[in-house]
Amino acid sequence: MTGRAYAWEVRKLAAQRRTYLGLGAAVIAPIVLVVAIEVRPPQPTDPGSPFFLRYAVDSGLAVPLLMLLFASVWLFPLVAALVAGDIVAAEDGNRTLKTILTRSAGRSAIFAAKVGAAFTYVLAALLVMVATSILAGGIASGFDPLPTFSTVVSPSRALLLIAGSFAVYSLPALAIAAVAVLLSTVSRNSAGAVVGTLLAALLMQLTQIIPVLDSDAAQRWMLTAQLQAWQALFRTPLDWGPVVHAAYISLVYAVPALIVAWIHFLRRDVAG
Amino acid sequence: MSAAPLEARELRKTYGELVAVDDVTLTVSPGDVYGYLGPNGAGKTTSLRMMLGLIRPTGGEVRLFGQDPIDDPVAALAGVAGFVEEPAFYPYLSGRQNLEMLATLDGGNGSRIDELLRLVDLHHRAGDRVRGYSHGMRQRLGLAGALLRGPRLLLLDEPTTGLDPAGMRDMRALVRRLAADGITILLSTHLMSEVEQLCNRLAIIQLGRIRYEGALADLLARSDGRYRLDATDASRAADICRAIGGIRDVATDDGYVRFAAGPDAAATVSLRLAEAGIGVRALVPGGRSLEELFFEITEGEER
Repeated sequence: MTGRAYAWEVRKLAAQRRTYLGLGAAVIAPIVLVVAIEVRPPQPTDPGSPFFLRYAVDSGLAVPLLMLLFASVWLFPLVAALVAGDIVAAEDGNRTLKTILTRSAGRSAIFAAKVGAAFTYVLAALLVMVATSILAGGIASGFDPLPTFSTVVSPSRALLLIAGSFAVYSLPALAIAAVAVLLSTVSRNSAGAVVGTLLAALLMQLTQIIPVLDSDAAQRWMLTAQLQAWQALFRTPLDWGPVVHAAYISLVYAVPALIVAWIHFLRRDVAG
Repeated sequence: MSAAPLEARELRKTYGELVAVDDVTLTVSPGDVYGYLGPNGAGKTTSLRMMLGLIRPTGGEVRLFGQDPIDDPVAALAGVAGFVEEPAFYPYLSGRQNLEMLATLDGGNGSRIDELLRLVDLHHRAGDRVRGYSHGMRQRLGLAGALLRGPRLLLLDEPTTGLDPAGMRDMRALVRRLAADGITILLSTHLMSEVEQLCNRLAIIQLGRIRYEGALADLLARSDGRYRLDATDASRAADICRAIGGIRDVATDDGYVRFAAGPDAAATVSLRLAEAGIGVRALVPGGRSLEELFFEITEGEER
């Protein structure tokens, strides 16, 4: 039953305008970045610019990595929150929970289907963003060998590392979606859940400039800090430590959020 | 003996200080068209939500064919369908897509969707998004969605509210037809005429409490031996009635005289009024309607 309910949750997402806002941003943002690089090429010697930006002119394969870097700040938390924050609260808004909870699918099946659909959307948006970045970057600057922190890798190796980065980045991104699902379930208010998720992500990033909280010991526990963990893949020898830690922290945030949301969804009165 | 389609025992729901439903006990038997009658805000919808497992009772219990809809909603709701308040659908999906989704959640393939869309006369608009549907169309789509489950028990919450007269007539005809097909129906309504036209049994609820539960015929039989008199001078006619032996409970109401009497005493009334020069426009037995009985029960006094 969960599988069939999941298929319908995905169909419902495909029929809603807000779904395409996030996917549209995932397409447009890399194109804007590539155009900006073309208009005003970064200087490889500029020490203030991010590492991959300095080499974006040399290889278009730096663009998806730049996008992962820039999207971490607010773009991707917003894209994730837009749909994941809406996925349960929209049922309250449309008053449709009573419609679907009086059928032959249990509440757990409906909840699992919703979480699955929200995660699918996050992965799809991320995939669209990375694919657009590779294409736009490649067309603008060529599919050339990519400088990493330690060496220069071939285009095929770079694509493999980009795929790995996508996978590592997706872990904290999914955890952000899980937090959005929690807020969506508990608040029953779509706008509140979207803004709440975004605010939580921004506050966690703000801790980087707050004394005490800016320490490595504190930052290790911030979910948004894990959105940078993929960079470990570009060091030689490869250090899996940050990747494993990112997976661990993502679970620390996602699992309790989903359990609390699930229990709340199971027990709540549907009075609207 | 198989379990009743619906049993509620001492059902109670409170929200803080507010008591929405208080000690509701009722039984809907197979084949009933059961009226759940009460004014707006009486607790009907809250009761229905508890019956469908949507909200947890503060006290008491519900059984649908013997199963608890809170403990095991999927099992308890097998064979049960309905809607509470206005049926709600996804506005960005078409009517047909909404039904397809509901069929999927029921574990079916939606093979009856076309038939049901025709039954509720929505087949011409089935491809349109529900966003553009009128209130009446949503009500009819709600009924189609409920029937999609092939229910043995149907719970309908104010199904004719907001419909135009023709829509109300069609909806009632449909309820009658479903009942004739053997579906047990609980019909929540504030319209007495609806109960009189459709139901064989009823519960009257007011301020969250059941004031009457039983057969409609038994309730209406409370009017036996009562008369309504329409005379040219109601005030003098009432005095004359009070003077006749065997006539009780004389009251005037809206220009009518109402009283309880045996057939012989009632016949005497027309003679005495003629002697007094008072014209009789009508002398009608069984003077109290369901509406009057309803107010008598809910207000606890004769009108």
